[in-house]
Parts: sequence; structure tokens; C-alpha cells
Amino acid sequence: MYSGNPRGAWTLFTREVNRFLKVKVQTIVAPALTAILYLVVFRYALGDRGVPGLGIDYFTFLIPGLVMMSMLQNAFANTSSSIIMAKVMNVHVYLLMAPLSAVEVVGAFIAAAVLRSMLVGAVLLLTLSPFVDLSPAHIWMILLYGICGSILMGGLGLIGGMWSKKFDDMSLINNFLILPLTFLSGVFYSVKQLPPLWQQLNAYNPFFYLIDGFRFGFLGVGDSDPATAAGVVVAAAILTVLACWYLWSIGWRLKE
Amino acid sequence: MNKIALQVDGLRKVYANGNIALHGISLAVPEGSFFALLGPNGAGKTTMINILADILHPGEGTMTLFGRDVFQEKSWCKRQMGIVPQEVAFDPFFSVREILNTTSGYYGCRPDRVWIDELLDRLGLTHQADKNTRQLSGGMRRRLLVAQALVHRPPLVVLDEPTAGVDVELRRRLWDFMRELNRNGATILLTTHYLAEAEELCDHVAIIDQGKLVASEPMQSLMHRVAVSRLVLRYAKPILISATDEAALTDFKPVILDEGLELHLELRRDEPGMSGFDVAYEAARNRFGPPLDAAVHQEDLEDVFVRLTGNTGAEGETHVQR
Repeated sequence: MYSGNPRGAWTLFTREVNRFLKVKVQTIVAPALTAILYLVVFRYALGDRGVPGLGIDYFTFLIPGLVMMSMLQNAFANTSSSIIMAKVMNVHVYLLMAPLSAVEVVGAFIAAAVLRSMLVGAVLLLTLSPFVDLSPAHIWMILLYGICGSILMGGLGLIGGMWSKKFDDMSLINNFLILPLTFLSGVFYSVKQLPPLWQQLNAYNPFFYLIDGFRFGFLGVGDSDPATAAGVVVAAAILTVLACWYLWSIGWRLKE
Repeated sequence: MNKIALQVDGLRKVYANGNIALHGISLAVPEGSFFALLGPNGAGKTTMINILADILHPGEGTMTLFGRDVFQEKSWCKRQMGIVPQEVAFDPFFSVREILNTTSGYYGCRPDRVWIDELLDRLGLTHQADKNTRQLSGGMRRRLLVAQALVHRPPLVVLDEPTAGVDVELRRRLWDFMRELNRNGATILLTTHYLAEAEELCDHVAIIDQGKLVASEPMQSLMHRVAVSRLVLRYAKPILISATDEAALTDFKPVILDEGLELHLELRRDEPGMSGFDVAYEAARNRFGPPLDAAVHQEDLEDVFVRLTGNTGAEGETHVQR
């Protein structure tokens, strides 16, 4: 029976949500605008060119991947920026002092990250809906990949925030790990277009399964087996949450 | 006051760089007391408070709060404490009232508007309630720290140098409020470098120096045990102290100052039928005749602190200066 501090966890969740809503132009509108700009550029650069092997045009192929990439990046940004700012400003001590367990803290942070990710995704899809047909092929796949991907990235953001001592450390993670993994995950191309070696390497990138599974939810076509993709994504999300729980409970890089 | 609010036993903390901050400190803070935790900079006061607050990992030793293990029953113990940290830091996204509401929630309480309004009023923050913390002055931010620590009505309030760099008005306001909370049953643990404040407010005191406990007892007991009164005699002409005079006055640890015009004698405890003052005065009068003026200087907590922590000043005065 849970006898913890549900009000405390809810307060932390609402605080996190209020924090990103106070700067909504930066956290919701700007990412959506960036993704739309990508779409416009690719639309005019590539015209009606199709994607080899999938039987769909490139623009339709691009939309779910870009939506998912924005969602993943924002889930990561939400937790990582909150933790690193708190650490740099030394306000993380109020969280450490509060009667909140690691489960409550991690749960609240990740739930807020998932909500921001969903909002970014929703804004993007709503903006694009008048121009393209976005009727989903498998709504449950979209939700599964959207939620699991956001949990995974929210968790990785939490770990990144805990690891970082300064903003520069966070920038290192962002630019040399998250950005390459998301860009090289099949957002802008089908892995069937890659040489065999790169196709094999891609199989080890969990972000590839996230993008591909999310796309499968919309288009009903993809590069990977949906069952394998779902397994990888769910396992990665669970492992990340467990890692977050363990690291927060030992005060990793938060307490000396 | 027989019950113990906070019991610390054998608390030891070694930082990653090898610096030993606490060498197995043991002390007890009685329930309902106004307890001063004193020590020079770097003595280990904040380290001890940070371990209690769960900001630092404990090393060895135990801490119990109202009978419960601080390290095992973290959630329960944290709800019993309100800690005002030394460093002023705030979330830049929120207003004063939002911060207090959030802190209430962290501690599992529904935000109590009446109590929050009272805290704002008592700490002079009513007009700043809807301002963002970035708009507050340093003093106002420190007030907010205090309000934040009290928002869940904790039975133990820990104040880590709460008046460092703040004006007289806030100090008075804060101490009045703390006295009232203490009268209503809260235990107050205070660290401060303003020793006059500690002496005036606190009924118990612990002094730590270089991570070791030097004293821990009721304030009155410490002052009675360690503080010394001195008889200060002023003469019209400089006096000379011979070896015989020195031998006769040795119990009074004589000190001559102001080029021989002033003689300081340490007063012994009163004896039956004769006060310490009379004994010292008579001994000096027999040697040097009647003085122009006589006064008694009573050591305060600052003198006691300096003496116990071995800081500057105290040693030189114990020798005769010719």
C-alpha cells in the first residue's frame, strides 16, 4: 500500500508544468515552428519525390518522424533544463530537503516531460492538419511510441541533468549524443536507403525504433518489425526509469 | 524539558577531498529549547545541518529526530523540520506566494492561505506576495527563506545564519517571531555569528570547533562554568608590580594595562561571608592603596566563545604585562 507523499509528487508535477507553461513560446510554440520550417523546406526542395521501398511520397513520410523528433527533444529538454538550472542556482536543495521519495520525484519530472512532449506533438499535428491527411493507421501505436519515447527521453534528460555540473556539460550531451541519435534515426530517410553496414548499426539505435514505430502508427508502413520496435522501446523506457530511480535515490551527483 | 528533539551521536563526515568536517560529534537538542549551535567559520555547523536536511550524505554516526531515525525514516523526519539554509537561492520562475504554495505541497500540506498570509505579514512580505523572486532585495529574499521553512508548521525550526547581512528591522521582527514560536512549543536550532543575539535568545548552546564538540549545555551553566568576571581598578599614578605583589595576587591573574594606570583582576567565585569582588578589591588595596575607580567587567558569550575555540585575544590577557 502506497503511503508516501502523493500531494508532494503532484505539487512537483504541477510546478514543472507551470514552469514550462510560463515560457510557452519557447517551450511549445518555438519547437513546433522549427519543425514546420523543416517541412516547408523539404517540401519545396524535394517536391513529390517518393520514398523507395515504402510506396509513399517523401513529404508524407517526413511528417510523423519530425513530429516524433520534436516530441523527443522536448521531453529531454524539459527534465534536463529543469535539473541543471536548479543545480546551477542551488535550488535543487529544496527538492532534496522535501519529504519526497525517489519514485515521487522521478515520476513527477517524467510525467511533466511527457505532457510537454504531447503538447508539442499536438500543436504540430493541429497546425499541419489543414494541409495534409493525418488520419492515423494505428492510434494505439502512436500513443505507445509517443508515451514510451517521451518517458525514455524525459528519463535521459533527468540523468543528463544530474550528471551535468554546468550548462556546458548539458550542451555536450545535447549536441554530441541526443542530436546525432535523433537525426540519424530515420527521421529524414528510410533506412532501406542506407548501405547494409549503416542499416545494421541503425538496429542498435533505440531512437530509430521510436521514430519508425511512431511513423508506422500514422502510415501503416515502416522499416522495422512493429513487435520488435515495441519491445525495444518499452524495455528502454523501463530501464531508463529504473536508472533514474536508482540514481536519484543515491543522490548521484546531487549530494556529496 | 526532558524530551530530546534532536539527538546526534558520533556524527562524522569526511568530504571527497579528504577534509574531515565532523569528528564524531554528539549532542542533544532538548524539545522546546532555543538552541544555539556556534562555531567559527568552517567549524562544521552547516555540514551538520546539511546532513540533517539530507543535502549531504551522512558519514558515520546517527541522528534521531523526536525519537525516529533521520536516515531511515527520512520522509517522516523531513516533515518535522523547517530549515532556513545559509545560501539564499530561489526559483526564478515563480512569485513569493507561488513558492510558498509549492513548498506547502512538497511537505504534503494543502496550501493554508490564512497561515501563509500571516507568515507574509509577520515577515513583512505582504506587499511582495505577488512579485517574482527576481524583484526582491537580498533582505526580502532572506525573509522568504524563513517563510518557506515555516510554511508547513514544523516542530523543529533550523536557522542557519538567518540574519547574515540583514538589517536591524528584520532581525527584530524575526527574533520576535521565533520567540513566539518557541513559546508555543517549537524547538529552534540556530547558528549565528552574532553571539550577542545567541546569548540573548538561546537557553542552550553547543560550540563546535574544527569539527569537534567543545561544549554543549544550558546557556546559564556554560556562562557560570566558563565566563569570568574581572575587577577593573583605575589608579591616579602608574603602579609597579613586584615579584612579591605578583605572588600575592597570582590567584587573581593580574594584568596591568594603560601604562600602569589600570589593573585587571579575575574575580573568584563568591565565598561565604565575602564576595569575590571584596576579596580581590582588598587584596589590591593592600598592595597599591585605594584606586580612583573600580568596576566589574562580566565576560559575555563572545568572550567564552573566544576562550573555548582558542581564537585570538584571550591568551595575552592572562599574563602580567610590565
